[in-house]
Amino acid sequence: MTTRAGVYEADEFAPGRPSAAAAAHAAAEARRHQVLMALRVLVGVVFLAFWEFASDRLIDAFFVSSPVAVGGRLWQWLSDGTLFYHLSFTLTATGLGFLLGSLIGFTIGFALGRSNDLATIFDPYITAIYCLPKIALAPLFIMWFGIGIESKVAVSAVIVFFLVFLNTYAGVRDVNPVHIHATRIMGAGEWQLLRKVILPSAAAWVFTGLKVSVPYALIGAVVGEFMSSNRGVGFLIAQSSAMFDTASTFAGLVVLAVVGAAINGGLKRLERHVLRWRA
Amino acid sequence: MAIEIEGAAKRYLRRGREIEALAPVTLTIEDGAFVAFLGPSGCGKSTMLNMIAGIIPPSDGRIVHDGRVVDGINRRVGYMTQVDSLLPWRTAEDNIGLPLELQGMAKPDASARIDRMLNMVKLEQFRRHFPVELSGGMRKRVALAQVLAYDPPTLLMDEPFGALDAQLKLVMQAELTAIWEESRKTVVFVTHDIAEAVALADRVVVFTTRPGRVQSVHEIDLPRPRDIFRIRFDRRFQELYETLWSALEPDIRREEDAA
Ligand SMILES: Nc1ncnc2c1ncn2[C@@H]1O[C@H](COP(=O)(O)OP(=O)(O)OP(=O)(O)O)[C@@H](O)[C@H]1O
Ligand SMILES: [Mg+2]
Repeated sequence: MTTRAGVYEADEFAPGRPSAAAAAHAAAEARRHQVLMALRVLVGVVFLAFWEFASDRLIDAFFVSSPVAVGGRLWQWLSDGTLFYHLSFTLTATGLGFLLGSLIGFTIGFALGRSNDLATIFDPYITAIYCLPKIALAPLFIMWFGIGIESKVAVSAVIVFFLVFLNTYAGVRDVNPVHIHATRIMGAGEWQLLRKVILPSAAAWVFTGLKVSVPYALIGAVVGEFMSSNRGVGFLIAQSSAMFDTASTFAGLVVLAVVGAAINGGLKRLERHVLRWRA
Repeated sequence: MAIEIEGAAKRYLRRGREIEALAPVTLTIEDGAFVAFLGPSGCGKSTMLNMIAGIIPPSDGRIVHDGRVVDGINRRVGYMTQVDSLLPWRTAEDNIGLPLELQGMAKPDASARIDRMLNMVKLEQFRRHFPVELSGGMRKRVALAQVLAYDPPTLLMDEPFGALDAQLKLVMQAELTAIWEESRKTVVFVTHDIAEAVALADRVVVFTTRPGRVQSVHEIDLPRPRDIFRIRFDRRFQELYETLWSALEPDIRREEDAA
C-alpha cells in the first residue's frame, strides 16, 4: 500500500502554505480595506458636520436639533442613569420576546415541517395570520396584558414567532433527501436522523430567521412602549417628541440605532462561525 | 449476502408521462460476488441500485436480499451513490466517522479507523476540510472512505471512480480489489468503463439502452489476486474487453445514428 501511495503524493499541494504572491495579494487587500474604512468614517463625519452647520443656519434647530445638542443629551442620560434605566427595560422586553417567539416558532415550524398532515391542516390559518401587520395586534395585547412589560414581550414575541417559524419550516422542508437516505442506510434511527441531518441542515435557515428577527424584536418592544408605557427607550422618544424636545428624540433614536447595530454585528460573527461550512 | 432480483422493473411518473426506466430484470448476485453493471447512460443502472438499497420501490417484481424482501431502507448495504451524499456541514473526517458514530463505536476506535481510511484515500491533509473546499474527485474519495469505514456486508457502488483521473483511478481500483480479495464482500459496481468492469469484477452484467434489460452476462475468469496495474496487458483481459465491446457496440452505434 505504501508503494501505491507514492504514485500520487507529489501531485497534491499542502494546503495553507504561504507564498510570496499570496502575501502580496493579502497586503493589497488590506490596503484596499483601509481605504474603504477611511471613506466610511469620512461619510459619517461629513454628514455630522453638515447637520451641525445646517442647524439654525438653513433649518430651524427646533426641528432638527444638532449633533452637539444630541451628544450632550446622550452624555447627560449616560451620567444620570436615565439611559441605563430605560434601556434595560427595553432590552429585557426585547430579549424575552425574542426568546419566547423563537422557541415557539422553532417548535411549531419543526413540527409542521416534519409532518405533511399538520402542515396541510394549519396552512391557511397561518398564512392568514401572517398577512396581518403584527403591530396592529399591539393595542389588543395592551388590553390583555396591561401597560407593563408583558404587553411589550407579547408584541415582540409575535413578530419573532412568524419569522422563526417560517424559516424553520422552510429549512426542515429543504433537507436534501439524498442526505436523509444516505444516513438512514448507514443505520441512523429517527432520533439520530433528526440530530445529525435535519437539525444541522435546517440550521442555516433557522439562523437566518433568528438574525432577521432580532431587529424586529426590538421594534416590537419599542412600538409597545410608544403606545403605552412609563418606561423604556420607546417611552423616552414618545415623551420627548410630545414635549417638542428634538434633541432628546434624536438621542433616543441614536440609542436604538446603536443597540440594533451592535446586536446585528454580534449575530453576524456568530453566523460566520456556525455556518462556516458554507461556500 | 445474496441479492435476488425477481422481475424488478421501474417506471417513473413525471408530469403525467410515464418513463419506462427499467424493463423487468431477473438476476441473482451470489454471496461474496463482485458484479459489475455495464450499460449506456440512462439505462437504469442507478435506478437498480436505488431499488436494492430500498430508496425507491420497484414498479413490478421484487428484490430479495439475504432472504428478506426489500421494502424500505435496506440497512444491510453500504451505498456509495452517484450523486454527492456527503453532509456539507461535516468535515472530511467527520463524514467518514458518521457511520461509526451512528453505530456507537467508541471514540478511540473510531478515530483510528478514520485515520486508516484517510490514509487509504490519500486525504490526510484535507481531513478538516468541508466538502465545499474539496474537488469533485476528493469528495468521491471521502465517500469511498466513508462506505468502507463501517464495513457493511454488501457494497453498492455507483460509478465511484468516474470523477478521478486515470492514475488515481488505478490506485483506488487497486485498493478496492485488495480489500475485496481479503473480505469477499458482495459488491455491485456500476460503471461506464469496460476496462474497469473487466479488471475488477468476477461477472459483468451488460444492460441495453433505456428501458434497460439484461442484454448479456459475462464471467470474468481472470485469476485472483489481480494486479490492477498490469492486468490490462494480459491477453485474456484483452479478449474479454473485446467481447464486452462487441456486446455494447450495437447500442453505441444506434446512439450515434440517433444523434
Ligand atoms: N426521479 C426520476 N424521475 C423521472 N425519471 C427518472 C428519474 N430518475 C431516473 N429517471 C429516468 O430513468 C432512466 C434511468 O435513469 P438512471 O439514473 O437509473 O440511469 P443510469 O443508467 O444510472 O444512467 P447514468 O449512467 O447516466 O448514471 C433515465 O432515462 C432517466 O431519465
Ligand atoms: Mg447512474
